[in-house]
Order: sequence, then C-alpha cells, then structure tokens
Amino acid sequence: MTDARLAIATPIVGATGREVAPAGATKMAARNLNFFYNGFHALKDVNFNIAEKRVTALIGPSGCGKSTLLRIFNRIYSIYPKLEAKGEVLLDGENILDPKYPLNRLRSKVGMVFQKPVPFPMSIYDNIAYAIRHYEKLSRAEMDARVELALTQGALWGEVKDKLKQSALGLSGGQQQRLCIARAIALRPEVILLDEPTSALDPIATGKIEQLISELKDHYTIAIVTHNMQQAARCSDFTAFMYLGELVEFGATETLFTKPTKKQTEDYITGRFG
Amino acid sequence: MNANAPTSEHIVKSYDEELNRLTGEIQRMGEIALAQLDAAIDAVLERDSDSARKVVQSDAAIDTLEHDVSHDVVRLLALRQPMARDLREILAALRIAADIERIGDYAANVAKRSIVLNQSAPVQLAYALPRLARLAENLVREVLAAYRDNDADRALDAWTRDEELDEQYTGLFRELLTYMMEDPRNITPCTHLLFMAKNLERIGDHATNIAENVYFLVHGAHIAQVRRKGDTTSSLLPVDDPR
Repeated sequence: MTDARLAIATPIVGATGREVAPAGATKMAARNLNFFYNGFHALKDVNFNIAEKRVTALIGPSGCGKSTLLRIFNRIYSIYPKLEAKGEVLLDGENILDPKYPLNRLRSKVGMVFQKPVPFPMSIYDNIAYAIRHYEKLSRAEMDARVELALTQGALWGEVKDKLKQSALGLSGGQQQRLCIARAIALRPEVILLDEPTSALDPIATGKIEQLISELKDHYTIAIVTHNMQQAARCSDFTAFMYLGELVEFGATETLFTKPTKKQTEDYITGRFG
Repeated sequence: MNANAPTSEHIVKSYDEELNRLTGEIQRMGEIALAQLDAAIDAVLERDSDSARKVVQSDAAIDTLEHDVSHDVVRLLALRQPMARDLREILAALRIAADIERIGDYAANVAKRSIVLNQSAPVQLAYALPRLARLAENLVREVLAAYRDNDADRALDAWTRDEELDEQYTGLFRELLTYMMEDPRNITPCTHLLFMAKNLERIGDHATNIAENVYFLVHGAHIAQVRRKGDTTSSLLPVDDPR
C-alpha cells in the first residue's frame, strides 16, 4: 500500500459537487521518473498514477513523451541500448524498473497494443495460442476454450469463429487490431497499454475498439495514448496532459476537458497550441 | 481586451472567424434590443403611436438574428467539437441570445401597450416609467459590455444592481395602486402601465441571466451567491385590506 494508492481511492468530485470520476486504487504509478534517449532528456520528473480497472488517457502533442511513458510501463525500451530510465515505476507497489523484477513476469502482467496492428503471419487461432504456449501447458480442449474466450473478449469471435485456421493477415485493419487486443488479453494481463490503437482505423472500426475498451475496463486496468482528444474524452476516466516531457495536468477526464486548470492544457485541447 | 480573454488564436483560423461571427451576432442583437427599448420609451413619453408601431415591427430583426445564432451554435458544436473555454463561449452565446430575444419582446410589448395608452387621456405616472426604463437599459448595456470585454467583475456588478430595479418597480406598483383606488377611471391606463413596468422589471431579470452567463463563460463556475430580491410585489396586500 503506497501513499499513491490513497490518492484516487475516493471519487473525484467536480465543481458542481457531482462525482466526475469513480474511485479507484492505484495499479501503476510513476515516481520521479526521468528518461533519457541517448542523453536527450525525454521525461522530466513525471509523477503519475494509473487507477485500477479504469481507463487513463495520455494526451499531448507529438514528442511530448506520452508514448515513451507508456513504453516504460512494460520496459519495452530495455531492448534498445543507450536508453535509460531513472526513478520508479510501481506495479502493485513493486518497482518494475528494478533489474531484479523479472521481465517475463512484467510482460505477462502488462500487455501492449500498438498503433499499427501486427498480427503474426500465422492463423487466427495460432495468433492467440502462440503466446499462451510460452507461459502455460494446456490441453487441446483447454487451449480451444482460451482462444475462444480471448477472441470473445476481443469482440472478434463472431466474425472469425468459422475461419480460425485462416491467415490473420486476411483480416481487415480493424479486425487485426481487435485480434492484437485479444492476443494481449489471452495472457490474462492485469494492465493493458494501448498506444494509439485506432489511429490507422476507420470510424466504425474505431467505434468497435472504443466499445471494447469500455467493456474491458471491468476486468483490466487500461492506459491509452491517443492523438484524438475526442477519443480520450469519450473513453477515459482520467486524463493526463503532457508537454515537452513534463506532466502538465492530470485529472478526471470531465474536469480536464471542461475546465482545465493550466493554460497550456486549455490551449492544447481548444486547438490553440502554437 | 480583458485579461480573461483567450490570448492566442486557434491553429485553424476559420474556427476563430466562426467564433467571432457568433459573438458579433450577439453584439448586434444587443444593440438592436437597446435601440428598441430606447425607442419604446420615447414613444411612451412622446405619446407617438407611429414610432411605437415601428418598434413592434422591428422586433422581427432580433428574432432573425436569434435564429442565426442557434444555427451557428449547432454548426460549431457539430463541426468543431469545442472544448473548455470554447465550449462555454458557444453555450453562453446560445443562452445570451435567448435572453436578448426576450428583452426585445418586452420592449415591443411596452411599445404595443403605449399605443393603447395613447387612446386615453395622459396619465401623470407615465413619466415615472422612463426612470424604470433607464435603469433597465443601463443594466442591459452593462452586461453587454461585460460580454464584449469578457469582464466577469463588471457582469457581477451589474448582477447585484438588478435589486435597485426591483425596488423601483415595487415603488411604482404601489403608486399605481393608489391612483387606481383614487379614481376608477385610472384603472385602464394604470393597468397598462403596470404591465409595462412589469415588462421593464423582467428585462432586468434577463440582464442578470446574461451577467450569470458572462461569469460562467469567464470562470467556468456559476455565481455562487444567491441574489437578494427587491421585487416584493407578489406579497403586497391592498392598503386598506381588512385582514
């Protein structure tokens, strides 16, 4: 139990006295987080909470550090040399940046979906089963059930149940993205990180992903990076606005989009940024 | 320009143009409403039924502008998906337009009744009406200036001054009652005057609505204090009521 857990443990109440964001314990938190790309200071003293079983959106102009922040949350940066994170990122109170924190455990708890859907060049079934086989030994029937559950939770089952053996590359962009979300869900993670998951999709496919997000938050903690402010406003409970590597403002989504407290936030969300 | 006004422009210039057009329409509506009120009071003072008829006819211009505002608001909401200050600006425009439209209606009502009033002998009290009208007019002028300059303090100041108008109205109400009791022949003109006074008092209420919207537009919060009401006519009994 950290102090951060208390921070959003009570509902956030807006100016009118009505609740604008539900309560939630802190699932992940950044503490004095700094990040360097080959010496370039990309994140500056970021302190930030992600509430459990809520959707937290990260917004900000290109290069503000929002994707960098998301990528630190599952240490994906560590595959590149010369990248360095200082400070702490806590998952259930444990520092995942500690080299002793097993990467395998982290990746099974924190799933990630990228901007461009990247299905493996194999069948729809195997796309889901591939990662599960890495972690668990399941019987054929058990695996079938897991694949069906993941595809159902990914809101794709109805569309693919008759062609599970076909190549995933034959799916539409929106279906491929839902497949990637289903693939992340299949490992039963606790946190799902979405890095601009709909920026390559049409409005209908985008709507399906947003609906999926609202269903998934009953079971998972979700953080989403998006360039689409309306999307952040529609799907998230909390929003963080970042600029030039700093966290400018964090708050309940309703408050941030109707009455932000910082001028930089106001300028950005009203389209006045120079 | 007031310090509370947004300092920078939108990246998309046409968005600024559309917002400016909207606020311009509100300003124009306000100017017409003030001119209408002025003309209506002159018509009462001069007993000029022709001018009064012109005021009644000109009310349509305000209604047309209100439709333009509604249209532009719907357009802006649908196409620009405004946020934060922009959203408040657009909502305030819609509400303020509705208030100005009502102010125009009341001015036209005053003019319409003055035509009837002119058909009977002049009543002394008709001259007390302009005092009430000037107060109402000043309030409207103040809140429109506060809107133009994004000046919440000025709006708040005007908002508290509506009480003065309410008190004047209550005074006039009592005087008219006295006149009517003195001579039943006064009842018809005094009743018309009473309605006209009530119209002017209502204009003050709409001015305070505008002030509230200006305050909301600037601060994103509602005026917290509850306004003291100076209009007590609703609880007034006849002077020699036996109860």
